[in-house]
Amino acid sequence: MIRDEWRKELRKSMTAKERMAIKRVVMPMEDPIERLKGNTEVNKGLSVFEAVKEAQRCLDCANPPCIQGCPVGVDIPTFIKYIEAGDFLKSAQVIKQSNLFPAICGRVCPQEVQCEKNCIYFDKLNKEPVAIGYLERFVADYERESGTTYIPEIGKISQVKVAVVGSGPAGIAAAGDLARYGYQVSVYEALHELGGVLRYGIPEFRLPNHIIEFEIDNLKKIGVKFYTNIIIGKTLSHDDLKESGYKAFFIGSGAGLPKFMNIPGENHVGIMSANEYLTRINLMGAAKQDYDTPVFYGRNVAVIGGGNTAMDSVRTAKRLGAERAMIIYRRSFNEMPARKEEIKHAMEEGVEFLNLNEPVEYLADENGRVNRIKLRRMELGEPDASGRCRPVPLKDSEYSLQADMVIVSIGVSPNPLISMHMPELKVTPSGTIEVCGELMKANVEGFYAGGDIVRGGATVIAAMGDGRKAAFAIHRYLSGI
Amino acid sequence: MNKVIAKENLGKNVVRFEIEAPLISRKRQPGNFVIVKIGRKGERIPLTITGSDAEKGTISLIVQIVGVSSHKIASLKVGETVTDVVGPLGRPTHIEKVGTVLCAGGGVGIAPLLPIAEAFHEAGNRIVTVLAARTKELVILEKEMRAFSDELLVMTDDGSQGMKGLITEGMEQIIRRETIHKAVTIGPAIMMKYTSLLTKKYNIPTIASLNTIMIDGTGMCGACRVTVAGQRKFACIDGPEFNAHEVDFDELLIRLAGYKKEEKYNYGEFLKGKVAN
Ligand SMILES: Cc1cc2nc3c(=O)[nH]c(=O)nc-3n(C[C@H](O)[C@H](O)[C@H](O)COP(=O)(O)OP(=O)(O)OC[C@H]3O[C@@H](n4cnc5c(N)ncnc54)[C@H](O)[C@@H]3O)c2cc1C
Ligand code: FES
Repeated sequence: MIRDEWRKELRKSMTAKERMAIKRVVMPMEDPIERLKGNTEVNKGLSVFEAVKEAQRCLDCANPPCIQGCPVGVDIPTFIKYIEAGDFLKSAQVIKQSNLFPAICGRVCPQEVQCEKNCIYFDKLNKEPVAIGYLERFVADYERESGTTYIPEIGKISQVKVAVVGSGPAGIAAAGDLARYGYQVSVYEALHELGGVLRYGIPEFRLPNHIIEFEIDNLKKIGVKFYTNIIIGKTLSHDDLKESGYKAFFIGSGAGLPKFMNIPGENHVGIMSANEYLTRINLMGAAKQDYDTPVFYGRNVAVIGGGNTAMDSVRTAKRLGAERAMIIYRRSFNEMPARKEEIKHAMEEGVEFLNLNEPVEYLADENGRVNRIKLRRMELGEPDASGRCRPVPLKDSEYSLQADMVIVSIGVSPNPLISMHMPELKVTPSGTIEVCGELMKANVEGFYAGGDIVRGGATVIAAMGDGRKAAFAIHRYLSGI
Repeated sequence: MNKVIAKENLGKNVVRFEIEAPLISRKRQPGNFVIVKIGRKGERIPLTITGSDAEKGTISLIVQIVGVSSHKIASLKVGETVTDVVGPLGRPTHIEKVGTVLCAGGGVGIAPLLPIAEAFHEAGNRIVTVLAARTKELVILEKEMRAFSDELLVMTDDGSQGMKGLITEGMEQIIRRETIHKAVTIGPAIMMKYTSLLTKKYNIPTIASLNTIMIDGTGMCGACRVTVAGQRKFACIDGPEFNAHEVDFDELLIRLAGYKKEEKYNYGEFLKGKVAN
């Protein structure tokens, strides 16, 4: 790899030993007790001093393995070395060549199973990895707060119109790239606010809304048009869009449908999906003064599941005054799909973890409101198809527990609104849209798809990666290159 | 967008609106509904589309004032706008020619019944309608329903209009008298429970339109879940109409009452605020 002079110099400015002697930065955090009083972001972000010092740890490997761990291939060492050199704005530009939304990804990516997992510190040296996620967030926040945000260059303006369905991470990533290629891009969103799961699902204490708004405003600046309250397949059909001149379509409609366990009593009052709970709070403002949407305030809240959605729900319940906020998960900590940091934060906040437990029935009081959960204990058996150990119920292990609110967070399935209205679109038995490989191309001419609607529930960065790939494929399709 | 074009009082606490919604007016079919939200801090609530004019680009909605949101909507004046309107949602009614259709509507449930009665009438069916309410002032849309009905009966609990008695009594009278091929019942859940028990007794295929709690209306939250034939269904995407004989109305009743305490409190605070202002 050819390195610029500045970078060679920077490299020489410290020895590898000196670099390795620096301890991984600790993210400054809101105090756990204080946190629970409000909805402010838990991670406060690194200071300039902390960021530069953390950047010094990076050994600037010749064949950086971290890049391989990044689903969109961000040039990680280069952006980190710009931090070390003190050129934060340049650093932000480097990230934005591969990822338009570093302020979001720096906060919600599961770095510990992606870039940081591959970091030589962790993989070879048995030390804590370079805090790539914190650094990504640092430069993104620095750039935003500096007021000189890098707006990417736009290619030759074309009059060709492209429609994007859904304003989640997949949709906005596709829209951003399509606008950069010069197309006239319109994003259609079913809800009254933009951002998909980023807006209605992930809470303010993890991803503040003003950041999503800022990123969407930047897309508006490069010409992307957003339309809320429009459901493609209901308000407008894809034929309507074709008639009004759209030449290609990207479907990023997400995996909206909550799953339930189908156990007795699951429809009792006080039992709801994590989507319902989080939507009431995050999208509808149910816990804020003067907002009309109601929400329950449980005293003993049980959240079923071990993913990010479960952590977000249980931590929200704790903030809304739950005395006991519990995670009920049928496997153990090792198998938990949530980001490690969220599990840690939840523990700090006093969330109880009832691992290796599974609900079998819900009981209710005379008004139909849930009041007890019947559970059984589990043990881990052989690995299953997902590679995780299969939970096996222990004989005669049933017991019950008080709970006046239950949040079911065991996964989602694909949103069927589009496929219901486009029977010609090929979907898999589980309802995800079938696409052909890297092109994200569906079986109907001019249609591309990505994100959770293709993968089932996945991650923000995977959805963004899909959106970008699809944008490139659409560009090739429309320009014939 | 979504400007109020016309507004009319239909009775005590019941208001009809005509609002601008050009895209929805073109797509809407009988049985569809919209979700509306008033103001930034408003709640999303489902309302049946009771009529539409594709040329004018408008839809009509009927609102009964029961809480904060319906109060806010009902307070809108002509020329003001509804902040958010999305739709048309839900599966449209399956309209076919079957012979005689018995339309049984109670209270504000008469509003969603109107477009369905109209569609069955237009498909060439004989329409016999039974409208019911507690008292005279609560009987809405009688004139409009009459226009599509070959026969119309009004039942009130107190006898202040039409016959005194329950909706099921009026229905049974008709069922005993002539062959009914299909029934449509819309009203409070408790009413639908009993009307469907009645039609079940006489083996009359019946559809009920369920007024569940909803948030998004796109299948995303599951607040609208109901049990139909032992299966979990989402009223917003699988319904709102279902085979009435398969609906677990007891569960629906309990779920509908779920937020009553919170809603009552909110409405109390809201009204207090109104007085204070
Ligand atoms: C609570 C929660 C926490 C999470 N935490 C993390 C995390 O920390 N890290 C991580 O990487 N991932 C996380 N995830 C997963 C991640 O959010 C998703 O994988 C990602 O949002 C998928 O993006 P998407 O664009 O495919 O879909 P979505 O974000 O679901 O967006 C789809 C959008 O399309 C709209 N839409 C659907 N149908 C239509 C239609 N017919 N017409 C118009 N609009 C339509 C929907 O309203 C929605 O706004 C979390 C998920 C949840 C629910
Ligand atoms: S209203 Fe949310 S799923 Fe039906």
